[in-house]
Amino acid sequence: MNNTINNTRRLVTSRGIHLLVCSLSIITSIPLVFIIGKVFFEGIHNLNLQFITKPTPNTFNAMIAINNGENIPGGIANGIVGSFIMLILASIIAIPIGILCGTYLAENRHNKFAKCISYMTDLLQGTPSIIIGIVVYAWVVIPSHGYSAIAGSIALAVMMLPLIVRSTEEALKMLPDSLKESSLALGGSYGKTILKVLLPSASGSIFTGVLLAVSRVVGETAPITFTALGCSMVHWNIDQPMSSIPLLIWQFYNDPILQPLVWSASLFLLIFVLFINISAKIINNKSKK
Amino acid sequence: MSNNIIEIKNLNISYSSNVLSVKNVNANIIKNEITAIMGPSGCGKSTLLRAINRMHDLYNNIKVDGQIFLNGTDIMKMQAIDVRRKIGMVFQRPNPFPNMSIAENVLAGYTLNGLHLNKHEKAEIIERCLKSVGLWEEVKDVQTKKGTFLSGGQQQRLCIARALALQPEVLLMDEPTSALDPIATARIEELLLELKKDVSIIIVTHNMGQAKRIAYNSMFMYLGELIEYGDTQKLFNNPMHEQTKSYLAGHVG
Repeated sequence: MNNTINNTRRLVTSRGIHLLVCSLSIITSIPLVFIIGKVFFEGIHNLNLQFITKPTPNTFNAMIAINNGENIPGGIANGIVGSFIMLILASIIAIPIGILCGTYLAENRHNKFAKCISYMTDLLQGTPSIIIGIVVYAWVVIPSHGYSAIAGSIALAVMMLPLIVRSTEEALKMLPDSLKESSLALGGSYGKTILKVLLPSASGSIFTGVLLAVSRVVGETAPITFTALGCSMVHWNIDQPMSSIPLLIWQFYNDPILQPLVWSASLFLLIFVLFINISAKIINNKSKK
Repeated sequence: MSNNIIEIKNLNISYSSNVLSVKNVNANIIKNEITAIMGPSGCGKSTLLRAINRMHDLYNNIKVDGQIFLNGTDIMKMQAIDVRRKIGMVFQRPNPFPNMSIAENVLAGYTLNGLHLNKHEKAEIIERCLKSVGLWEEVKDVQTKKGTFLSGGQQQRLCIARALALQPEVLLMDEPTSALDPIATARIEELLLELKKDVSIIIVTHNMGQAKRIAYNSMFMYLGELIEYGDTQKLFNNPMHEQTKSYLAGHVG
Protein backbone atom coordinates (compact mmCIF):
# COMPACT_ATOMS: atom_id res chain seq x y z
CA MET A 1 0.00 0.00 0.00
CA ASN A 2 2.73 2.36 1.11
CA ASN A 3 4.64 1.39 -1.99
CA THR A 4 1.81 2.41 -4.32
CA ILE A 5 1.59 5.89 -2.76
CA ASN A 6 5.32 6.26 -3.12
CA ASN A 7 5.18 5.25 -6.75
CA THR A 8 2.34 7.65 -7.46
CA ARG A 9 4.28 10.47 -5.88
CA ARG A 10 7.34 9.62 -7.92
CA LEU A 11 5.28 9.52 -11.07
CA VAL A 12 3.71 12.91 -10.33
CA THR A 13 7.10 14.48 -9.53
CA SER A 14 8.57 13.07 -12.71
CA ARG A 15 5.69 14.37 -14.84
CA GLY A 16 5.88 17.75 -13.12
CA ILE A 17 9.58 18.17 -13.80
CA HIS A 18 9.09 17.07 -17.39
CA LEU A 19 6.37 19.70 -17.82
CA LEU A 20 8.56 22.37 -16.23
CA VAL A 21 11.51 21.62 -18.51
CA CYS A 22 9.28 21.66 -21.58
CA SER A 23 7.60 24.95 -20.71
CA LEU A 24 10.93 26.62 -19.93
CA SER A 25 12.22 25.46 -23.29
CA ILE A 26 9.22 27.03 -24.98
CA ILE A 27 9.83 30.30 -23.12
CA THR A 28 13.34 30.46 -24.58
CA SER A 29 12.03 30.34 -28.11
CA ILE A 30 9.26 32.92 -27.55
CA PRO A 31 11.53 35.99 -28.04
CA LEU A 32 12.68 34.70 -31.42
CA VAL A 33 9.11 34.12 -32.57
CA PHE A 34 8.15 37.63 -31.45
CA ILE A 35 11.20 39.22 -33.09
CA ILE A 36 10.60 37.51 -36.42
CA GLY A 37 6.85 38.17 -36.26
CA LYS A 38 7.16 41.84 -35.37
CA VAL A 39 9.89 42.60 -37.91
CA PHE A 40 8.04 40.68 -40.61
CA PHE A 41 4.68 42.37 -40.22
CA GLU A 42 6.10 45.87 -39.77
CA GLY A 43 8.67 45.55 -42.52
CA ILE A 44 7.00 43.56 -45.27
CA HIS A 45 4.92 46.37 -46.87
CA ASN A 46 7.97 48.52 -47.68
CA LEU A 47 10.14 45.61 -48.78
CA ASN A 48 9.91 45.71 -52.55
CA LEU A 49 12.27 45.71 -55.51
CA GLN A 50 12.84 49.46 -55.25
CA PHE A 51 13.83 49.06 -51.62
CA ILE A 52 16.76 46.81 -52.44
CA THR A 53 17.82 48.48 -55.70
CA LYS A 54 17.68 52.22 -54.77
CA PRO A 55 20.00 54.05 -52.39
CA THR A 56 18.87 55.88 -49.27
CA PRO A 57 16.32 58.63 -50.00
CA ASN A 58 16.97 62.14 -48.70
CA THR A 59 14.66 63.39 -46.00
CA PHE A 60 13.10 66.09 -48.16
CA ASN A 61 11.97 63.76 -50.96
CA ALA A 62 10.71 61.30 -48.39
CA MET A 63 8.64 64.02 -46.72
CA ILE A 64 7.04 65.03 -50.03
CA ALA A 65 6.23 61.43 -50.82
CA ILE A 66 4.65 60.90 -47.41
CA ASN A 67 2.57 64.07 -47.81
CA ASN A 68 1.37 62.80 -51.18
CA GLY A 69 0.48 59.48 -49.60
CA GLU A 70 3.08 57.63 -51.65
CA ASN A 71 5.70 55.08 -50.64
CA ILE A 72 9.03 56.54 -49.53
CA PRO A 73 11.25 56.57 -52.65
CA GLY A 74 14.59 54.79 -52.24
CA GLY A 75 15.92 51.95 -50.17
CA ILE A 76 19.05 50.34 -48.85
CA ALA A 77 21.05 49.47 -51.99
CA ASN A 78 24.02 51.48 -50.68
CA GLY A 79 23.90 49.49 -47.45
CA ILE A 80 23.61 46.14 -49.24
CA VAL A 81 26.55 46.89 -51.52
CA GLY A 82 28.57 48.28 -48.60
CA SER A 83 27.87 45.30 -46.34
CA PHE A 84 28.70 42.96 -49.20
CA ILE A 85 32.04 44.62 -50.01
CA MET A 86 33.09 44.93 -46.41
CA LEU A 87 32.16 41.32 -45.60
CA ILE A 88 34.16 40.07 -48.59
CA LEU A 89 37.19 42.16 -47.65
CA ALA A 90 36.92 41.16 -43.99
CA SER A 91 36.72 37.50 -45.01
CA ILE A 92 39.77 37.85 -47.26
CA ILE A 93 41.70 39.24 -44.29
CA ALA A 94 40.34 37.01 -41.54
CA ILE A 95 39.99 33.58 -43.18
CA PRO A 96 43.65 32.81 -43.99
CA ILE A 97 44.95 34.22 -40.71
CA GLY A 98 42.20 32.52 -38.71
CA ILE A 99 42.66 29.12 -40.34
CA LEU A 100 46.45 29.21 -39.93
CA CYS A 101 46.18 30.28 -36.33
CA GLY A 102 43.51 27.65 -35.60
CA THR A 103 45.72 24.99 -37.21
CA TYR A 104 48.64 26.06 -35.06
CA LEU A 105 46.52 25.88 -31.90
CA ALA A 106 45.12 22.44 -32.78
CA GLU A 107 48.57 21.07 -33.57
CA ASN A 108 50.33 22.42 -30.48
CA ARG A 109 47.86 21.76 -27.71
CA HIS A 110 50.37 21.51 -24.90
CA ASN A 111 52.66 24.29 -25.99
CA LYS A 112 52.70 27.26 -23.56
CA PHE A 113 52.81 29.84 -26.34
CA ALA A 114 49.80 28.20 -28.01
CA LYS A 115 47.88 28.23 -24.74
CA CYS A 116 48.66 31.91 -24.38
CA ILE A 117 47.42 32.61 -27.94
CA SER A 118 44.32 30.56 -27.28
CA TYR A 119 43.56 32.60 -24.16
CA MET A 120 44.08 35.85 -26.05
CA THR A 121 41.70 34.64 -28.75
CA ASP A 122 39.06 34.17 -26.06
CA LEU A 123 39.68 37.67 -24.78
CA LEU A 124 39.41 39.10 -28.28
CA GLN A 125 36.11 37.32 -28.74
CA GLY A 126 34.84 38.96 -25.56
CA THR A 127 36.04 42.44 -26.50
CA PRO A 128 33.08 44.81 -27.01
CA SER A 129 32.76 45.64 -30.68
CA ILE A 130 32.64 49.39 -30.01
CA ILE A 131 36.14 49.20 -28.53
CA ILE A 132 37.41 47.38 -31.58
CA GLY A 133 35.82 50.18 -33.63
CA ILE A 134 37.61 52.89 -31.65
CA VAL A 135 40.97 51.14 -31.89
CA VAL A 136 40.64 50.66 -35.64
CA TYR A 137 39.64 54.32 -35.87
CA ALA A 138 42.82 55.30 -34.06
CA TRP A 139 45.08 52.92 -35.98
CA VAL A 140 43.64 53.00 -39.47
CA VAL A 141 41.23 55.90 -39.97
CA ILE A 142 43.43 58.63 -38.44
CA PRO A 143 46.71 57.62 -40.15
CA SER A 144 44.94 57.24 -43.51
CA HIS A 145 43.20 60.62 -43.07
CA GLY A 146 39.71 59.38 -43.71
CA TYR A 147 36.93 56.93 -43.12
CA SER A 148 36.92 54.05 -45.56
CA ALA A 149 35.44 50.67 -46.36
CA ILE A 150 38.91 49.20 -45.77
CA ALA A 151 38.91 50.46 -42.20
CA GLY A 152 35.43 49.00 -41.72
CA SER A 153 36.60 45.66 -43.13
CA ILE A 154 39.56 45.57 -40.76
CA ALA A 155 37.27 46.13 -37.79
CA LEU A 156 34.96 43.34 -38.98
CA ALA A 157 37.94 41.07 -39.69
CA VAL A 158 39.20 41.54 -36.13
CA MET A 159 35.80 40.48 -34.89
CA MET A 160 35.64 37.46 -37.20
CA LEU A 161 39.12 36.26 -36.34
CA PRO A 162 38.50 34.58 -32.97
CA LEU A 163 35.43 32.80 -34.32
CA ILE A 164 37.33 31.37 -37.28
CA VAL A 165 40.30 30.42 -35.11
CA ARG A 166 38.06 28.55 -32.68
CA SER A 167 36.05 26.73 -35.31
CA THR A 168 39.18 25.66 -37.20
CA GLU A 169 40.81 24.49 -34.00
CA GLU A 170 37.73 22.51 -32.93
CA ALA A 171 37.25 21.02 -36.40
CA LEU A 172 40.84 19.79 -36.52
CA LYS A 173 40.68 18.43 -32.98
CA MET A 174 37.68 16.32 -33.98
CA LEU A 175 39.70 14.45 -36.62
CA PRO A 176 41.11 11.12 -35.44
CA ASP A 177 44.88 11.08 -34.79
CA SER A 178 45.18 8.11 -37.12
CA LEU A 179 44.37 10.36 -40.09
CA LYS A 180 47.44 12.45 -39.47
CA GLU A 181 49.53 9.40 -38.65
CA SER A 182 48.55 7.57 -41.81
CA SER A 183 49.43 10.57 -43.93
CA LEU A 184 52.84 10.84 -42.27
CA ALA A 185 53.24 7.06 -42.52
CA LEU A 186 53.01 7.46 -46.30
CA GLY A 187 56.08 9.63 -46.13
CA GLY A 188 54.10 12.85 -46.35
CA SER A 189 55.72 15.94 -44.91
CA TYR A 190 54.05 17.79 -42.08
CA GLY A 191 53.05 20.69 -44.32
CA LYS A 192 51.51 18.45 -46.98
CA THR A 193 49.69 16.50 -44.30
CA ILE A 194 48.02 19.66 -43.07
CA LEU A 195 47.27 21.07 -46.52
CA LYS A 196 46.23 17.91 -48.34
CA VAL A 197 44.65 15.81 -45.62
CA LEU A 198 43.79 17.58 -42.37
CA LEU A 199 42.35 20.89 -43.58
CA PRO A 200 40.38 19.35 -46.49
CA SER A 201 38.96 16.70 -44.15
CA ALA A 202 37.77 19.42 -41.80
CA SER A 203 36.71 21.83 -44.53
CA GLY A 204 32.97 21.40 -43.93
CA SER A 205 33.17 22.40 -40.29
CA ILE A 206 35.66 25.18 -41.01
CA PHE A 207 33.40 26.64 -43.70
CA THR A 208 30.46 26.49 -41.28
CA GLY A 209 32.56 28.43 -38.78
CA VAL A 210 33.36 31.06 -41.38
CA LEU A 211 29.67 31.47 -42.28
CA LEU A 212 28.72 31.82 -38.62
CA ALA A 213 31.46 34.42 -38.20
CA VAL A 214 30.04 36.33 -41.17
CA SER A 215 26.54 36.18 -39.75
CA ARG A 216 27.86 37.44 -36.40
CA VAL A 217 29.52 40.53 -37.84
CA VAL A 218 27.00 41.41 -40.55
CA GLY A 219 24.83 43.05 -37.92
CA GLU A 220 27.64 45.01 -36.28
CA THR A 221 26.90 48.74 -36.20
CA ALA A 222 29.23 50.33 -33.67
CA PRO A 223 32.59 49.47 -35.27
CA ILE A 224 31.27 50.51 -38.69
CA THR A 225 30.23 53.99 -37.52
CA PHE A 226 33.79 54.59 -36.31
CA THR A 227 35.47 53.27 -39.41
CA ALA A 228 33.35 53.28 -42.57
CA LEU A 229 31.13 56.15 -41.41
CA GLY A 230 28.35 55.60 -43.94
CA CYS A 231 27.49 57.00 -47.34
CA SER A 232 24.20 57.65 -49.12
CA MET A 233 25.41 56.60 -52.56
CA VAL A 234 26.09 53.22 -54.14
CA HIS A 235 29.78 52.98 -55.06
CA TRP A 236 32.60 50.46 -55.14
CA ASN A 237 35.58 52.52 -53.94
CA ILE A 238 36.97 50.74 -50.94
CA ASP A 239 39.08 53.73 -49.90
CA GLN A 240 35.94 55.85 -49.50
CA PRO A 241 33.34 55.92 -46.72
CA MET A 242 30.69 53.29 -47.19
CA SER A 243 27.42 52.30 -45.58
CA SER A 244 26.14 48.99 -44.30
CA ILE A 245 22.68 47.61 -43.59
CA PRO A 246 22.84 47.92 -39.78
CA LEU A 247 24.27 51.41 -40.11
CA LEU A 248 21.28 52.41 -42.26
CA ILE A 249 18.89 51.00 -39.66
CA TRP A 250 20.52 53.29 -37.12
CA GLN A 251 20.30 56.28 -39.49
CA PHE A 252 16.64 55.60 -40.31
CA TYR A 253 15.89 55.38 -36.61
CA ASN A 254 17.44 58.81 -36.05
CA ASP A 255 15.43 60.44 -38.82
CA PRO A 256 11.72 60.81 -37.91
CA ILE A 257 10.71 60.96 -41.57
CA LEU A 258 12.57 57.79 -42.56
CA GLN A 259 11.61 55.80 -39.48
CA PRO A 260 9.16 53.50 -41.32
CA LEU A 261 12.14 52.11 -43.25
CA VAL A 262 13.73 50.81 -40.03
CA TRP A 263 11.51 47.76 -40.10
CA SER A 264 12.05 46.91 -43.74
CA ALA A 265 15.82 47.22 -43.43
CA SER A 266 15.69 45.08 -40.28
CA LEU A 267 13.62 42.47 -42.07
CA PHE A 268 16.13 42.35 -44.91
CA LEU A 269 19.03 41.96 -42.47
CA LEU A 270 17.17 39.31 -40.51
CA ILE A 271 16.42 37.28 -43.65
CA PHE A 272 20.07 37.54 -44.69
CA VAL A 273 21.35 36.34 -41.30
CA LEU A 274 18.81 33.49 -41.13
CA PHE A 275 19.81 32.47 -44.63
CA ILE A 276 23.50 32.29 -43.68
CA ASN A 277 22.73 30.42 -40.48
CA ILE A 278 20.57 27.85 -42.21
CA SER A 279 23.19 27.38 -44.96
CA ALA A 280 25.83 26.86 -42.28
CA LYS A 281 23.67 24.24 -40.63
CA ILE A 282 23.06 22.40 -43.90
CA ILE A 283 26.75 22.42 -44.86
CA ASN A 284 27.72 21.21 -41.40
CA ASN A 285 25.24 18.33 -41.54
CA LYS A 286 26.39 17.35 -45.02
CA SER A 287 30.05 17.37 -44.07
CA LYS A 288 29.35 15.10 -41.12
CA LYS A 289 27.83 12.39 -43.31
CA MET B 1 72.19 -10.98 -42.79
CA SER B 2 71.23 -11.95 -46.31
CA ASN B 3 67.78 -13.19 -45.43
CA ASN B 4 66.89 -10.50 -42.91
CA ILE B 5 65.21 -7.34 -44.09
CA ILE B 6 65.03 -5.79 -40.64
CA GLU B 7 67.32 -6.26 -37.66
CA ILE B 8 66.36 -4.79 -34.33
CA LYS B 9 69.19 -4.37 -31.84
CA ASN B 10 68.95 -3.43 -28.15
CA LEU B 11 65.77 -1.46 -28.68
CA ASN B 12 64.39 0.38 -25.64
CA ILE B 13 61.34 2.65 -25.80
CA SER B 14 59.91 4.73 -22.97
CA TYR B 15 56.88 7.00 -22.75
CA SER B 16 57.93 8.58 -19.48
CA SER B 17 61.37 8.91 -17.97
CA ASN B 18 61.47 5.81 -15.76
CA VAL B 19 59.17 3.30 -17.35
CA LEU B 20 60.36 1.27 -20.31
CA SER B 21 57.54 0.11 -22.56
CA VAL B 22 59.85 -1.91 -24.76
CA LYS B 23 62.83 -3.46 -23.01
CA ASN B 24 65.99 -4.40 -24.82
CA VAL B 25 64.38 -6.12 -27.78
CA ASN B 26 66.61 -7.92 -30.29
CA ALA B 27 65.02 -9.55 -33.32
CA ASN B 28 65.59 -10.21 -37.00
CA ILE B 29 62.70 -10.06 -39.42
CA ILE B 30 62.89 -12.39 -42.39
CA LYS B 31 62.41 -10.99 -45.87
CA ASN B 32 59.21 -11.78 -47.80
CA GLU B 33 57.54 -13.52 -44.89
CA ILE B 34 54.86 -12.58 -42.42
CA THR B 35 56.03 -12.00 -38.88
CA ALA B 36 53.41 -11.72 -36.14
CA ILE B 37 53.77 -9.86 -32.85
CA MET B 38 51.47 -11.18 -30.12
CA GLY B 39 50.96 -10.44 -26.49
CA PRO B 40 48.45 -9.12 -23.97
CA SER B 41 47.25 -5.48 -24.07
CA GLY B 42 49.87 -3.00 -23.02
CA CYS B 43 52.80 -5.36 -23.60
CA GLY B 44 54.47 -2.97 -26.03
CA LYS B 45 53.73 -4.73 -29.30
CA SER B 46 52.28 -1.67 -31.04
CA THR B 47 55.02 0.46 -29.52
CA LEU B 48 57.63 -1.84 -31.03
CA LEU B 49 55.89 -1.83 -34.40
CA ARG B 50 55.61 1.95 -34.53
CA ALA B 51 59.31 2.33 -33.84
CA ILE B 52 60.08 0.60 -37.12
CA ASN B 53 58.76 3.46 -39.25
CA ARG B 54 59.73 6.19 -36.78
CA MET B 55 56.12 7.01 -35.80
CA HIS B 56 57.38 7.86 -32.33
CA ASP B 57 59.09 10.93 -33.76
CA LEU B 58 55.69 12.64 -33.70
CA TYR B 59 55.53 12.67 -29.94
CA ASN B 60 58.15 14.51 -27.94
CA ASN B 61 57.70 12.50 -24.78
CA ILE B 62 58.61 9.15 -26.36
CA LYS B 63 62.29 8.15 -26.22
CA VAL B 64 63.59 5.47 -28.57
CA ASP B 65 66.99 3.97 -27.90
CA GLY B 66 68.80 1.32 -29.90
CA GLN B 67 69.22 0.42 -33.53
CA ILE B 68 66.90 -0.79 -36.27
CA PHE B 69 68.52 -1.79 -39.55
CA LEU B 70 66.65 -1.88 -42.84
CA ASN B 71 68.81 -3.85 -45.29
CA GLY B 72 71.82 -2.99 -43.19
CA THR B 73 71.14 0.77 -42.87
CA ASP B 74 70.25 2.17 -39.46
CA ILE B 75 66.85 3.83 -39.89
CA MET B 76 67.47 5.99 -36.85
CA LYS B 77 70.09 7.79 -38.91
CA MET B 78 67.90 8.17 -42.00
CA GLN B 79 65.38 10.92 -42.72
CA ALA B 80 62.05 9.89 -41.16
CA ILE B 81 60.28 10.70 -44.44
CA ASP B 82 62.54 8.30 -46.39
CA VAL B 83 62.05 5.59 -43.81
CA ARG B 84 58.28 5.88 -44.07
CA ARG B 85 58.34 5.67 -47.85
CA LYS B 86 60.15 2.35 -47.61
CA ILE B 87 58.20 1.05 -44.64
CA GLY B 88 54.45 1.40 -45.09
CA MET B 89 51.85 1.15 -42.37
CA VAL B 90 48.25 0.03 -42.04
CA PHE B 91 46.31 1.00 -38.93
CA GLN B 92 43.80 -0.71 -36.70
CA ARG B 93 40.75 1.14 -37.97
CA PRO B 94 40.32 1.56 -41.72
CA ASN B 95 41.06 5.23 -42.34
CA PRO B 96 40.86 6.23 -45.99
CA PHE B 97 41.31 10.00 -46.31
CA PRO B 98 37.72 11.30 -46.16
CA ASN B 99 38.42 14.18 -48.53
CA MET B 100 39.72 11.95 -51.31
CA SER B 101 38.09 9.60 -53.81
CA ILE B 102 39.02 5.93 -54.03
CA ALA B 103 41.52 6.64 -56.82
CA GLU B 104 42.97 9.65 -55.00
CA ASN B 105 43.40 7.56 -51.87
CA VAL B 106 45.52 5.04 -53.77
CA LEU B 107 47.64 7.88 -55.15
CA ALA B 108 47.82 9.71 -51.82
CA GLY B 109 51.39 8.59 -51.19
CA TYR B 110 52.50 10.31 -54.38
CA THR B 111 50.44 13.44 -53.72
CA LEU B 112 51.78 13.75 -50.20
CA ASN B 113 55.35 13.29 -51.37
CA GLY B 114 54.91 15.90 -54.07
CA LEU B 115 55.65 13.35 -56.81
CA HIS B 116 53.93 14.19 -60.07
CA LEU B 117 52.55 11.49 -62.32
CA ASN B 118 51.02 11.69 -65.76
CA LYS B 119 47.55 10.37 -66.46
CA HIS B 120 48.82 7.09 -67.81
CA GLU B 121 51.07 6.40 -64.82
CA LYS B 122 48.24 7.26 -62.46
CA ALA B 123 45.83 4.85 -64.10
CA GLU B 124 48.45 2.14 -64.08
CA ILE B 125 49.25 2.53 -60.38
CA ILE B 126 45.59 2.64 -59.42
CA GLU B 127 44.84 -0.53 -61.36
CA ARG B 128 47.92 -2.41 -60.14
CA CYS B 129 47.37 -1.53 -56.47
CA LEU B 130 43.64 -2.12 -56.44
CA LYS B 131 44.16 -5.44 -58.23
CA SER B 132 46.80 -6.51 -55.75
CA VAL B 133 44.33 -6.04 -52.88
CA GLY B 134 41.48 -7.65 -54.83
CA LEU B 135 39.45 -4.48 -54.93
CA TRP B 136 39.70 -3.66 -58.62
CA GLU B 137 36.65 -5.59 -59.81
CA GLU B 138 34.54 -4.16 -57.00
CA VAL B 139 35.42 -0.50 -57.41
CA LYS B 140 36.68 0.05 -60.96
CA ASP B 141 33.47 1.80 -61.96
CA VAL B 142 33.19 3.94 -58.83
CA GLN B 143 36.76 5.18 -58.52
CA THR B 144 35.65 8.78 -58.21
CA LYS B 145 33.45 8.06 -55.20
CA LYS B 146 34.77 8.86 -51.75
CA GLY B 147 36.82 6.14 -50.09
CA THR B 148 34.61 6.32 -47.03
CA PHE B 149 31.69 5.09 -49.13
CA LEU B 150 33.09 1.53 -49.10
CA SER B 151 32.42 -1.15 -46.48
CA GLY B 152 34.82 -1.57 -43.57
CA GLY B 153 36.67 -4.49 -45.13
CA GLN B 154 36.89 -2.74 -48.49
CA GLN B 155 38.15 0.40 -46.77
CA GLN B 156 40.89 -1.56 -45.06
CA ARG B 157 41.91 -3.13 -48.38
CA LEU B 158 41.96 0.36 -49.87
CA CYS B 159 44.29 1.43 -47.05
CA ILE B 160 46.56 -1.51 -47.86
CA ALA B 161 46.50 -0.49 -51.54
CA ARG B 162 47.37 3.06 -50.48
CA ALA B 163 50.34 1.77 -48.49
CA LEU B 164 51.45 -0.51 -51.35
CA ALA B 165 51.32 2.22 -53.99
CA LEU B 166 54.75 3.52 -53.06
CA GLN B 167 56.12 -0.04 -53.33
CA PRO B 168 57.47 -0.25 -49.80
CA GLU B 169 59.86 -3.00 -48.75
CA VAL B 170 58.11 -3.61 -45.46
CA LEU B 171 54.47 -3.31 -44.48
CA LEU B 172 53.66 -2.74 -40.81
CA MET B 173 50.15 -3.67 -39.74
CA ASP B 174 48.74 -2.73 -36.37
CA GLU B 175 45.85 -5.14 -35.69
CA PRO B 176 44.47 -4.51 -39.18
CA THR B 177 41.50 -6.83 -38.83
CA SER B 178 40.35 -6.15 -35.28
CA ALA B 179 37.66 -3.75 -36.50
CA LEU B 180 36.41 -6.12 -39.21
CA ASP B 181 33.96 -9.01 -39.35
CA PRO B 182 35.20 -12.60 -39.84
CA ILE B 183 34.58 -12.70 -43.61
CA ALA B 184 36.44 -9.45 -44.23
CA THR B 185 39.19 -10.69 -41.91
CA ALA B 186 39.56 -13.92 -43.88
CA ARG B 187 39.89 -11.95 -47.12
CA ILE B 188 42.61 -9.73 -45.66
CA GLU B 189 44.49 -12.78 -44.38
CA GLU B 190 44.34 -14.39 -47.82
CA LEU B 191 45.55 -11.14 -49.29
CA LEU B 192 48.53 -10.93 -46.93
CA LEU B 193 49.62 -14.43 -47.90
CA GLU B 194 49.62 -13.34 -51.54
CA LEU B 195 51.35 -10.04 -50.87
CA LYS B 196 54.27 -11.49 -49.00
CA LYS B 197 56.05 -12.37 -52.24
CA ASP B 198 56.48 -8.62 -52.85
CA VAL B 199 56.68 -7.15 -49.39
CA SER B 200 57.78 -8.29 -45.96
CA ILE B 201 54.93 -7.98 -43.47
CA ILE B 202 55.03 -7.41 -39.73
CA ILE B 203 51.61 -7.71 -38.13
CA VAL B 204 50.54 -6.99 -34.58
CA THR B 205 47.63 -9.16 -33.66
CA HIS B 206 45.46 -9.96 -30.68
CA ASN B 207 44.11 -12.93 -32.48
CA MET B 208 46.22 -16.02 -31.86
CA GLY B 209 44.42 -17.96 -34.56
CA GLN B 210 45.38 -15.29 -37.06
CA ALA B 211 49.08 -15.55 -36.19
CA LYS B 212 48.87 -19.32 -36.45
CA ARG B 213 47.18 -19.15 -39.86
CA ILE B 214 49.40 -16.65 -41.62
CA ALA B 215 52.66 -15.97 -39.78
CA TYR B 216 55.92 -17.70 -40.60
CA ASN B 217 57.56 -16.40 -37.46
CA SER B 218 55.89 -15.14 -34.31
CA MET B 219 56.98 -13.02 -31.37
CA PHE B 220 55.45 -13.18 -27.96
CA MET B 221 55.87 -10.06 -25.86
CA TYR B 222 55.02 -9.58 -22.23
CA LEU B 223 55.45 -6.38 -20.18
CA GLY B 224 57.74 -4.87 -22.78
CA GLU B 225 60.04 -7.85 -23.10
CA LEU B 226 60.38 -10.13 -26.06
CA ILE B 227 59.79 -13.44 -24.31
CA GLU B 228 59.87 -15.80 -27.22
CA TYR B 229 60.47 -15.47 -30.94
CA GLY B 230 60.67 -18.09 -33.59
CA ASP B 231 58.84 -20.42 -35.93
CA THR B 232 55.10 -19.95 -35.44
CA GLN B 233 54.15 -23.61 -35.41
CA LYS B 234 56.87 -24.37 -32.90
CA LEU B 235 55.86 -21.45 -30.71
CA PHE B 236 52.25 -22.61 -30.64
CA ASN B 237 52.86 -26.32 -30.31
CA ASN B 238 55.88 -26.33 -28.13
CA PRO B 239 56.42 -22.99 -26.35
CA MET B 240 59.67 -22.80 -24.44
CA HIS B 241 58.65 -20.27 -21.78
CA GLU B 242 56.06 -20.53 -19.04
CA GLN B 243 54.61 -17.07 -19.89
CA THR B 244 54.07 -18.03 -23.52
CA LYS B 245 52.39 -21.23 -22.42
CA SER B 246 50.00 -19.47 -20.07
CA TYR B 247 49.19 -16.78 -22.68
CA LEU B 248 48.43 -19.40 -25.28
CA ALA B 249 46.29 -21.23 -22.75
CA GLY B 250 44.33 -18.05 -22.17
CA HIS B 251 45.51 -17.35 -18.64
CA VAL B 252 47.16 -14.01 -19.41
CA GLY B 253 45.90 -11.11 -21.47
